[in-house]
Amino acid sequence: MDGVWVFIGADSVIFAILFLTFMQDRLKNPALFEASRHTLNMNLGGLDTLILLSSSWSVALAIQALKRDLVDRVPRYLLGGVLTGLMFVVSKSIEYFQKFAHGLTPGTNPFYMWYFTLTGMHLAHVLLGTSLLTFLWIRSRRGAFSSVHRAVPESVASFWHLVDLLWIVLFPLLYLMKAV
Amino acid sequence: MSVLRERVTWVWLGLMVLTCVTTWGLSKNLFSPAVAVVGNFLIAAVKVRYVMLDFMELRQAPVPVRAVFEAWPVLVAAIILGFWFATPAIR
Repeated sequence: MDGVWVFIGADSVIFAILFLTFMQDRLKNPALFEASRHTLNMNLGGLDTLILLSSSWSVALAIQALKRDLVDRVPRYLLGGVLTGLMFVVSKSIEYFQKFAHGLTPGTNPFYMWYFTLTGMHLAHVLLGTSLLTFLWIRSRRGAFSSVHRAVPESVASFWHLVDLLWIVLFPLLYLMKAV
Repeated sequence: MSVLRERVTWVWLGLMVLTCVTTWGLSKNLFSPAVAVVGNFLIAAVKVRYVMLDFMELRQAPVPVRAVFEAWPVLVAAIILGFWFATPAIR
């Protein structure tokens, strides 16, 4: 389980450096960043946050059920995590499609380069996490986990919560940060 | 195991409410940019802390490990807000 925490720590540091570099770039051209920010769909971004928080909650409930050997409840909570993960992927795909339809790409300006890079890296985490949760869901339906065999589910759950907390910072950074 | 009696459920509800406050409250033009941005990132730091402590179960982790992870939202919010205040006004 220690390896997962090293990975989570390293990933958090990488994202913190990316946030810092984004702010450095924003400092050079705040007007461009502010104008570009206004083209993002704040409501969809807020909805994405609610989806990921609900996903994390569902997975946290699965771990609580596992600890108490309520193994029959674990698959349904994990399925909740999988479905909400997929909802996030669909929502982000809609958002990307809207941007491309308006001719907005990573090459449009530095803000969109950051928008696609940061959300793209995060989306890769969501896809990996959703795949791992699907694997856990299938295995849990076969009774593979219990209170004494929970290292793998706990590791995947911790990774999934990391995905959630990264979005908690990414969302205000890209969508909500007003300029003076 | 009643879902309503689980601590994670109440934490989740709190996080959902805070998300609505920042997305559809603080971000309206009722507040100055400084109030909105500081509020958004302080709330984000609090949300990250609760995700770490209750969803990731760091509340039960050894103190040094918990301290390192809890420093992350503080540091990230400080970096972002520091740069935001250092950025020149656009109007």
